[in-house]
Order: sequence, then structure tokens, then C-alpha cells
Amino acid sequence: MTIHFVVHEEGDSVGVVVVEGVKAGDTLTGWIMEQDKTLAMKALNDIPIGHKLAIRDLKNGDTVIKYGADIGRTVAPIRTGEYLHVHNVKTKRW
Amino acid sequence: MATDLSKATFRGYRRANGRVGVRNHVIILPVDDISNAAAEGVARNVMGTMALPHPYGRLQFGADLDLHFRTLIGTGANPNVAAVVVIGIEPGWTKRVVDGIAATGKPVEGFWIEHNGDTATVMNAARKAKEFVHYATSLERVECPLTDLWVSTKCGESDTTSGCGANPTVGVAFDKLYPHGVTLVFGETTELTGGEHLVAARCRTPEVREKFKMVFDRYQEVVNRHRTDDLFESQPTKGNIAGGLTTIEEKALGNIQKIGRQCKVDGVLDKAEAPTGPGLWFMDSSSAAAEMVTLCAAAGFVVHFFPTGQGNVIGNPILPVIKLGANPKTVRTMAEHIDVDVSGLLRRELTPDEAGEKLLECMFATANGRWTAAEVLGHREFVLTRLYESA
Repeated sequence: MTIHFVVHEEGDSVGVVVVEGVKAGDTLTGWIMEQDKTLAMKALNDIPIGHKLAIRDLKNGDTVIKYGADIGRTVAPIRTGEYLHVHNVKTKRW
Repeated sequence: MATDLSKATFRGYRRANGRVGVRNHVIILPVDDISNAAAEGVARNVMGTMALPHPYGRLQFGADLDLHFRTLIGTGANPNVAAVVVIGIEPGWTKRVVDGIAATGKPVEGFWIEHNGDTATVMNAARKAKEFVHYATSLERVECPLTDLWVSTKCGESDTTSGCGANPTVGVAFDKLYPHGVTLVFGETTELTGGEHLVAARCRTPEVREKFKMVFDRYQEVVNRHRTDDLFESQPTKGNIAGGLTTIEEKALGNIQKIGRQCKVDGVLDKAEAPTGPGLWFMDSSSAAAEMVTLCAAAGFVVHFFPTGQGNVIGNPILPVIKLGANPKTVRTMAEHIDVDVSGLLRRELTPDEAGEKLLECMFATANGRWTAAEVLGHREFVLTRLYESA
């Protein structure tokens, strides 16, 4: 089974796309590494390899979780399957 | 099959001070920027030598000057170096570097340019360098226990695959090496921002934790004093962002994967400071690749693990840099730079343990003499860290 994205831990809000050429509308298979589980998800945008998608709905100002830890805050609402990067997430430091 | 590390050995060069090198360089080391031409002149004329040009060494003072000397002396003292010719503009600081290196017991001699000129300096230094090459090439590798190996790590041009592939591979290797008394180091002080609590929790004693927090907070103050924005495109870098990393916190949490899950942080080092025993050390350092790797070499490390995501091509003149990558696009488009391809981790074709074993296999091959990609491709980045303006 092809893995399209990986998630570090079950409680994380994001997954990392690990294949090239993910297009909006594609149904993706994700692998949660820590718990060794898979999940399916529809991509809402084209997402480059190495970039992230939200795996749960996030409100504006929510904390984004990856590795089970805080990696920043959203600056716009983000839907499940949506492309998540510097346009909608910022650092809480500096 | 997993390597039995309790019986593992490698073949290295045992130096007069007991330390073991995996390379046997004769280096021509300039004390200052204006001695680069003479150092390069010697290296052009004497085969088997290598000049280490750099842009500094004049009018530095205080802690910045101390770091300059510590880095140059540490580089010459590194066991991957068999012998050293030092060239400076004047005798005083040249002798200071020579004396520092001579404490290791290895052959070293200094030359200075004032009232001699470049031509005579190159001629005299070349004669000595030729002697040193004959000396170095007569040395033989001997069998050494794993405890004689000092291994450093620092990642670069990271992306999200670093955090889920290449960095955890280093973590597995560190967890395997640590119980066998290997000396290990990591650093990149600002690049722990967002994960500093996890490093603090791994410190062996409250004293180590306090020291770690002190150097971490000091570096944060430097950032806060000089920053004009949120460091976007500097930390994370433009390459990191292109690779999918969004914030410094995300980058830091990926970075920290390099210290594995079991190792404790046994001590904190200043830049280019040599550790005093085995274990995992944290070095307060820049996160810029060439600066950090140069500091690791100056602290005496002899093999380096360098995980990359987007494809950093760095090497070092004296420290073999083993590059590993998990990004399938990078290992395809930049294959010549990658020593260990662990992209199978992201396809579930390779387990983290197998990836760690692949890295250790490459580590032993490198320690026994096989050149890394960076060595074959001629990457010799020698970059001195500066703390502030010259006087």
C-alpha cells in the first residue's frame, strides 16, 4: 500500500506528504508512525512533497500539534485535508 | 544483521596523545587572512598537504580572539591531522597556535611572513611540509576499540523528511553508540527553540540542566537583541520553508530527533571546546552548517553524521561528513551527495533500526578509510565563528 503522508503521533494536527504530485481531490493514505496505524483523507489542495496537510479542522488562533508538541499557531481557519504552511501558520516564538 | 558493537573495532591512526584519527592529513594552517596566499602556495607545491584558508585572525580581542585560537589550535590538534605547518603574518600569534598544537605531541612548525616575504616563507614552509608528508605517509592504521571514536552530528537544509526520516536515523545510531562509551556531540543552540524543554529534560544532572538553560537563554537574548522580524527565511531558512517546514518550533522538534530516545545529555560545551569524557555533549553553537561542523572538528570529533532534507552539500577539510537523506526527491536529484539513503523509511520499506544500522555500517567504512561523498567532491568548508566586530 502506497503511503502518501506520514503523521508522527496520533494526537497531531498535521501530516507530511511524502510523495510527489499530490493534487486537490486525491484520496490519500496516511501512516501514523508512533502508533503504526493508517488513515485515509481527501486532499483539498495540491500539496508538494514534504509539505503538510491538516488532519483535523483548526480554528483561527489554534495551536498546531506535531510530534505531540506545539509548533505554532494558525492565522486562519484550516479545514481537514487543507494545505497548511507559512500562509496560515506562524511561530509563537521570536 | 545488527552489528555487535561491544566487540566492534575500527582501524585508525593512534596519535602521540592517545587520541585516534580516521584520516591522516598534513595541513597548512594560516593564523590570519593575509597568510592564506602563503599557505596555499605551500599546498600547491607539496603534494599530500592541504591549506585551510579563512577570512579572520586580525584585530580580534577578548572572547572572540579566544575562540579564534581555540578553533585553530583544535583543528591542528584533531587526531585526523598527522602534522601541521602554521603560517602567520608575525611570530607572536603564530607561536601561540604552534604551542597549542604541540601539546598533542604531533609534529608542528610555524613560519611568519614579516621581514621574510611570501616567497621565502613558502620555500621554508614547503621544505618542512615535505618532511611532514613523508612522516604522515609512513604511519599505519591500527585496530582500535569503538570507544576511541568521537562522533558529531548537525543537520542542514532540513525539511519535514529530516524530522521523520534522516534525523531519527541518527537518533537510532546515537542510542546504539551511547552505551558503548562513544563520545558524541550535538549543538545548534537556536535551532532547539520550541524543543528546549525536551533537551533540558534529557540532561543527566540538575547542574548540566542549569548550564544548558543558561547557554540557551543567552542565545535567545542575542536573537532578540538583533532581530528585525520573526527570523522568517533565516531560521527557518528559505530552503527549510521550500521543503515544507513552517516554524522554528517544527524545525527544532525535528532537529532533536538526532539525539535519539535513550541518550542523556552528559555535559555542555562552549564552542570548539573538547569534551572530557565519553557520553553525549551539547555544544553551544551556531546552527549554520559549516560553522558548526568546523567547531566539531576543532573540539576533536573525527566522524560526522549530517542528515539533510533538501540537500545541503557541506563538507569539512579534516572531518569526514557522512550525509544521509530521507527525501525521495533529494536522494534522486542529488544522489552524488548522499552517503546513506534512508528514504525507504517513508515508504515503510525500512525500519528505523535498519536505517540506524545502515548509517553505522557507513560510519565504520568511513572510519576505516572510505571517503565520504563530500570528500570525493572536494567539499572543504572551513568556517570560523565570530562573536562580534574586530577592534
